[in-house]
Amino acid sequence: MKWDDLFAILPLVVISTWAVVLVLVDIVIPRDRKGITAALAALGLIFALYFTLPQYNRHLVAFNGMVIVDGFSAFLNTLFLASGLLAIALAYGFLKRNNIDRSEYYTLMLFSISGMMLMGIAADLIIIFLALELLSIPLYVLAGFARPRLDSEEAALKYFILGAFSGGFVVYGVALVYGATGSTAIVEIIQAVVAGKAAMVLLTIGAALIMVGFGFKVAAVPFHMWTPDVYQGSPSPVTSFMAVGAKAAGFAALLRIFVSAFPYLSVSLVPILWLISALTMILGNIVAIAQNNIKRMLAYSSIAHAGYILMAVVTFGKGSAAIDAVSAALFYLLAYALTNFGAWSVVIALEKSEGRGLLLQDYAGLGKKYPAWAAAMTVFMLSFTGVPPTLGFLGKFYLFRSVLEGGFIGLAIIAVLTSLVSAYYYLRVVVIMYMQDGEPVVEGDIWLKVAAGATAVLVVVLSLFATPLLQWAAQATLQSGL
Amino acid sequence: MSEYLPIVVLLILSAFVAGAAIALGHLFGPHHPTERKSLPYESGMTPFGPGARRMPVRFYLIAVLFILFDIETVFFLPWAVVFRKLGLFGLIEMLIFVMVLVVGFLYAWEKGALEWE
Repeated sequence: MKWDDLFAILPLVVISTWAVVLVLVDIVIPRDRKGITAALAALGLIFALYFTLPQYNRHLVAFNGMVIVDGFSAFLNTLFLASGLLAIALAYGFLKRNNIDRSEYYTLMLFSISGMMLMGIAADLIIIFLALELLSIPLYVLAGFARPRLDSEEAALKYFILGAFSGGFVVYGVALVYGATGSTAIVEIIQAVVAGKAAMVLLTIGAALIMVGFGFKVAAVPFHMWTPDVYQGSPSPVTSFMAVGAKAAGFAALLRIFVSAFPYLSVSLVPILWLISALTMILGNIVAIAQNNIKRMLAYSSIAHAGYILMAVVTFGKGSAAIDAVSAALFYLLAYALTNFGAWSVVIALEKSEGRGLLLQDYAGLGKKYPAWAAAMTVFMLSFTGVPPTLGFLGKFYLFRSVLEGGFIGLAIIAVLTSLVSAYYYLRVVVIMYMQDGEPVVEGDIWLKVAAGATAVLVVVLSLFATPLLQWAAQATLQSGL
Repeated sequence: MSEYLPIVVLLILSAFVAGAAIALGHLFGPHHPTERKSLPYESGMTPFGPGARRMPVRFYLIAVLFILFDIETVFFLPWAVVFRKLGLFGLIEMLIFVMVLVVGFLYAWEKGALEWE
């Protein structure tokens, strides 16, 4: 082991060691002082963030090609760590209010984040699978965190069974890719293909299986069936974390594998990916209209957004267009993460015990009684729709443009049309908040207010001064295997 | 794909041998079924009660704890075989591994997973 190896995994080591030590430290923290655990977990995330910063502008292959540090991994690691901070802010008051303030929430979240970060730096299919399991297993437990509430337990079981099932697809795909190319390292897979030593049929089947496995993880149609139930049943902070973290990690793996290792398979796989992406956008947006529960609506909205980001994966065989699409997808993930955590913080503020206060009707009158919360929610809904001046607009703009550059005009048209459809159900929330009368009750603790306020301000302000952010995303891209 | 041919041959051969053993037994073996013979086998005792009974959920916890130490052994054995070649590095690696397991064990202990009342 060299020092470079250690440097590559340092943020990961920090966060996983911190999580292990936190499990021990938590034993001596009294039951009613679990705020200390939350603060310590946040401190660990900030430490890891500090060790991530030197990884920018570096290109480093470590552990014999098992792990790679590049702009892509540094961007994603920052995104995961920041999501962790927001998820702690969202959870603290919520867990207390619902009498589930067990400190395991924080440790499990740290373990899950370490899995996501491993996914960001993974350059070998085995490591990618390891990261997938490491990030998923804590999430299964977190989904059932509101035990003994039945819908939470149901969510955990459903997520676990579907997750294990999709993990099987990934492993089978990895095995076939290994059989076809003689290696699981991304660099060696592409070398075998270029040298003409790979069994292309076997490789295509393996790639397709990996695609199916991660299709489950990012909730792409037709592998999305678990999403609404799991998102609705899980405690809201867990759902917000799951929607950002697990999705971003799934796309990290898909982009890394397909752009770097499989660009030569584009002839056979692009039509399938095209169809999956189009179906995901159409179904997610249209079914969301019929929802009257805000958690279910946001679940279908997250399916729809997965469809948009999948468009970036569709361009994986297009060389430089694919590289542009990767950075557009990363920017989109950032915009989605901020908007998503913001929207969920408003949902959490209005949620009552036993899962009440989640219907769209419960938002009636929010504009009059709590103008600040209503204004924040309006910002998030506009950002989800893609209306300027919000990050959501910029995200969609750059993503759709890179898809057009890749030559997928039909897909871009579907994306624009489904965005128009999505305006209906996002803006309906705004209409209900301002134009209908009601008596909503908000229970927002200070951290929830900070999270909602900060994300709302960031979503607007960052979109006005987006140039550094765009440059950041542009250098955070991958190298195409072409 | 020709290098996989022996595996296919082995598959067909083993399916044939197993199938033949069962078929021959059915064809030539004597059949004198009694009520007692066709009962499910429970270590030679007369079966009592229904087959699917309720079982304390604690057994599940014991099984999880068992895995904790089972995996440890799985990693320990190959490590012990090449221990001298790995040297100090291997020792430190294994210590880290055991530490992580100990933390899990302490956690389970503290949460009362080892108590059985």
